[in-house]
Formats: sequence, C-alpha cells, structure tokens
Amino acid sequence: MHRLFAAAAFAAGVGAAGAEQPRDFETAFSTAAQQEEPGFQGFDAGRGREFFNTTHGGDWSCSSCHTDNPAAAGKHAVTGKTIQPMAPAANAERFTKAAKVEKWFTRNCRDVVKRVCTAREKGDVIAYLLSVKP
Amino acid sequence: MKLTSVAGVLLLAAAGPVLAGEHRKAQPLDPRYVEECGSCHVAFPPRGLAAASWTAVFADLSTHFGVDASLDPAAAQPLLDYVRAHARRKDTPGDDGKPALRMTKARWFVREHDEVAAATWQRPAIETPSNCAACHPAAEQGSFAEHDIRIPR
Repeated sequence: MHRLFAAAAFAAGVGAAGAEQPRDFETAFSTAAQQEEPGFQGFDAGRGREFFNTTHGGDWSCSSCHTDNPAAAGKHAVTGKTIQPMAPAANAERFTKAAKVEKWFTRNCRDVVKRVCTAREKGDVIAYLLSVKP
Repeated sequence: MKLTSVAGVLLLAAAGPVLAGEHRKAQPLDPRYVEECGSCHVAFPPRGLAAASWTAVFADLSTHFGVDASLDPAAAQPLLDYVRAHARRKDTPGDDGKPALRMTKARWFVREHDEVAAATWQRPAIETPSNCAACHPAAEQGSFAEHDIRIPR
C-alpha cells in the first residue's frame, strides 16, 4: 500500500515518459517522503552516502557494483560488466527517465536491502549522487 | 554431369558455414533488447539458447541467477517474443534434460570453447565464461566471428 502510494505520488511529480532532470526526482521523492514520513526534514547527502556504502544485512551494498566513487565506472559484482558512473556530473544520462529510475531502484533495493526502498532513502541517495563531482 | 557436381560442391560450400556455424553469423541485436538485457551482462545472442530455454529464463526474472532483474510484463513480452523468434533451432537442454537457463552450459557453447584452458578462463580480464566481450569485442554488436576473437593476457 505504501509503495502504491509512493508510486502514485511519484507519477504525479514526474511525468512517466518525458526527459527528466535529476532534481525532478528529488522533488518527486520529497513529496512522497512527506506523505510516508510525518517528520520528514529533507534529504541528506551524507545519509545517502552511508546508505550507498552499507550492506544492509545482505552480501551487497550499492557500492559493491557502483564502487564507493560514483563518479567512476563500476563493475558488476557477478558478471564483471562495466557499469557507467552513477553521478550525474560524470554521466549526464543518469536520472533522466522516470521509468528507468523506478525500475532500477526496485530491482537493486530488493537485492541490497531485501525490500523496496522508501522515498527518503531514494532521495538521500540521489542527493548524495548529485553531490559527487568528478 | 561434371558441371552439375561442380555446382553442387559450390552450393554446399556456400551453405556450409551458415548451417555448421549457426552461432557465428553476425546478428545485429534489437536496441530494446540490448537496453533491457545488456546492462548487467553482455546482451547474450538470442541464438545461443533455444526458444524453450528463453521461456524458462523469462519465467522468473525477479530471481535471475541470484539477482533481481524484474521487468513489468508489458515490457518483458516483446523481448521474449524477440529472443524466441531468433532462438537456436536445436534444443538446448541442461544436464537434467530440462531447458538450460545458462547459455554457457549449453552443449554447443562447451564444444565451441573446449580449446580454452581452465587457467585462461580465470584470467582477471575474463573471470567467467559469461563475459563474452572479454574475448569477443564485437559481442555487443552480435558478432562472434572467429577472426574477431582476441583473448586477453
């Protein structure tokens, strides 16, 4: 239910099909986070960094594949395939398509956190990635 | 008579590589397939697995070799149609006789790579048989031609 609500808020904030900017996702996740979390105080790049580099009880962290430097290319932990940088400053294609952002957060959160991520977690990670400069 | 047999030989020679090397013929990949199935691993050539194997792979993308690769059904169906349409014609059963999920376990794959030493597979630039592009730099373009092979040291 929570997730449906977040998805609806997300769709309302960011068009399903157009070309978005990373900041649009921050805005949409912020709207969703305020509804999910009554005391929501805004995103925090430092918290996003910690989330990104932590294994949440499983084998992997985000950084297992994306490395602890999101401005650099990563390497898939299973296949070894190169993954282009996650930081928008290093890769202009990141966070420009709503469907792609939702798809990857859904998949990767299940792999790393073993559940879907909250809007705050997603927003924190985007805030962190936006703070990283090459 | 003589002319006929010469023509026959030429015809066989022309058909030979196509029939014998089903997987060698370059097959440009559908960009949607590369986008959806080529992010975490090389976009494997559809002709590497038979249609039944592809159906089995797509049956559960949320636990795809230990990784969540879930895709909404509306996005998955055209991709499955595409790989099935370009699938290997011969079945690709696994050791248990069921459709193999891993292309690298298919008999044709094992046979084609039987001259590759175990130590070669373990080189850091290769690591795993599924890392096609390590030795087939044109893999992303669907080409696995013999003359394109470059085995990294």
